[in-house]
Amino acid sequence: MAQAFKPSVITANALLEGDVVYLGTRDWVRDLAHAEILTDEAVADIRMLEASAQSDLVVGVYLAPMDTLGGTPKPTHFREVFRATGPSNYAHGKQETL
Amino acid sequence: MYHYTDFDSEFLAQRNAQFRAQVARRIDGSLTEDEFKPLRLMNGLYLQLHAYMLRVAIPYGTLNGAQMHKLAEIADKWDKGYGHFTTRQNIQYNWPRLRDVPDMLDALADVNLHAIQTSGNTIRNVTADHFAGAAADEIADPRPVAELIRQWSTDHPEFQFLPRKFKVAVSGAPHDRAVLKAHDIGLQIVERDGARGFEVIVGGGLGRTPMIGKVLYDFVSAEDLLPTLEAIVSVYNLLGRRDNKYKARIKITVHENGIHDIRARVDARYALIRPQFTGVDQQMLARIEADFATPEFAEKPLAPYEAAYTNDPVFRAWADTNLAAHRAPGYAIVSISLKAHGATPGDATSDQMRLMAYLAAEYGHDELRISHEQNVILPHVHRADLPVVHALLNEAGLGTANIGLISDIIACPGMDYCAQATARSIPVAQEIAMRFDTLKLEHDIGPLKIKISGCINACGHHHVGHIGILGLDRAGVENYQITLGGDGTESAAIGERAGPGFSADEIIPAIERLVMAYLDLRVERSETFLQTYRRLGLAPFKAALYPQEKADAA
Repeated sequence: MAQAFKPSVITANALLEGDVVYLGTRDWVRDLAHAEILTDEAVADIRMLEASAQSDLVVGVYLAPMDTLGGTPKPTHFREVFRATGPSNYAHGKQETL
Repeated sequence: MYHYTDFDSEFLAQRNAQFRAQVARRIDGSLTEDEFKPLRLMNGLYLQLHAYMLRVAIPYGTLNGAQMHKLAEIADKWDKGYGHFTTRQNIQYNWPRLRDVPDMLDALADVNLHAIQTSGNTIRNVTADHFAGAAADEIADPRPVAELIRQWSTDHPEFQFLPRKFKVAVSGAPHDRAVLKAHDIGLQIVERDGARGFEVIVGGGLGRTPMIGKVLYDFVSAEDLLPTLEAIVSVYNLLGRRDNKYKARIKITVHENGIHDIRARVDARYALIRPQFTGVDQQMLARIEADFATPEFAEKPLAPYEAAYTNDPVFRAWADTNLAAHRAPGYAIVSISLKAHGATPGDATSDQMRLMAYLAAEYGHDELRISHEQNVILPHVHRADLPVVHALLNEAGLGTANIGLISDIIACPGMDYCAQATARSIPVAQEIAMRFDTLKLEHDIGPLKIKISGCINACGHHHVGHIGILGLDRAGVENYQITLGGDGTESAAIGERAGPGFSADEIIPAIERLVMAYLDLRVERSETFLQTYRRLGLAPFKAALYPQEKADAA
């Protein structure tokens, strides 16, 4: 049996800047807190198709599962924590502006 | 230092113009990502976790002052003011933007540098002994032939779509500082009956299936080298497996077919193509060799060195650790540590790069090398100049006296940057270095190579670390596996897995237990970690790593 769908956000890297972006309700956003949380698999499938079609803006679109307690998405995997913040050896990347 | 010909400069300019147009076509939508990706990889441009990454080749690890200066300028102008030197003698910029990359490549071309074939399934940047041209134990400088191989392999029409990437390393010294036996092809310069030639080792590699390379030919003459290489890569190109990415490297081809079968195929191919090599390559090699002529070494009194060595304990500690024997009287090879305790292994700021460029120009016959151990080398410094060189390095945070010691750690970028990583490497390296610095045991422990990879691909060479650490993702948590007894030199060996992995919290104490066990086990101070391991085997170290199991079994 397929695994139950977990709440997720759609993420990718921006084509020009290369940084991590998330699909918001309208546009791509750079802050995970503003990402659209997808809880319905059928809706997620459609949004993935739409997102993947935007290859003039983003590269490498995929669904990343999130904990959504309290209404804001929090990564369930440490890789997504680094993507949402930046490297741990310098205060570079997203953590510069968070 | 190789001097670019008009042909070289024109080739590079055309290639950069071509890539500039490809970037423009990607941005305007004419190229899809699937079409663009192989093109950008051929030019060293990756897309990593947080940004693009540009990997710039430093052919056989050799730079002059102007080139290092340009690397600093690029770091300031288009990146975040630093660069990361890698285990393949490359430099990586971690934060470029796509639109800027063509300008970065043009800036590199100003000083005869490029990013060609630093990725993709091609023959990659050729690496060499980082003491090349300076080492006391060297038979011949490996760089001229490395440059010949660079020219032969660059845009080689037959070898742009190999089954998988292909790495060649060359050494001219009997002591292997270039990890020859972990390369697809390792070339060792040897002498036989007064003639120079090459021992050709094939099928080594690390990664998912580590293998020690096997000797394909024990002596190939200089004029037969290029046709032999062409025959080997040609056989691999046809025979290498394209059905399974994990079985596509030549190490698997050699393993599955056997070295005798590979030799027979290479012999047959060689016989077919040998007539095409009419000796032009040897004429080119002669011209390249002239470019690598030995500098005119100075003769001056050693008094300043001797005074500093006698009177300054900090200088003495550094001299004892960071200098290597030079072939010229009065000279030393200086290893500049990019491993200050707590710093990111291999990173240098633009200011540090400019200082190293200055030191090379002023005191080092304008030569620098990048080592696969992620340090920078001043290959030719007169001992009389060492006190001032050391003082300037110290001021810039580059005076750490730890070459070959426990804090001189190789670490890949790991999950702090790399899209392929399964765990972080850098923080583990930082914490080990800090811990042993606090314990003040580093010099007592002596030679010990720790190498850390953040995934199975083994960019951090963990298989050949005396202590290897492999970061994995175990059910969504970082987990670190330890291997022991690896060796990347002429006595190459793949490390043995010690047992179950450790969490990020447990790994530093585990390394500490291991090293403390070694201090107890060694018969005398001069017995290194590796020697002790080879004498006693895994058992006593395993007992130190897993004290609970020992207690449970009792």
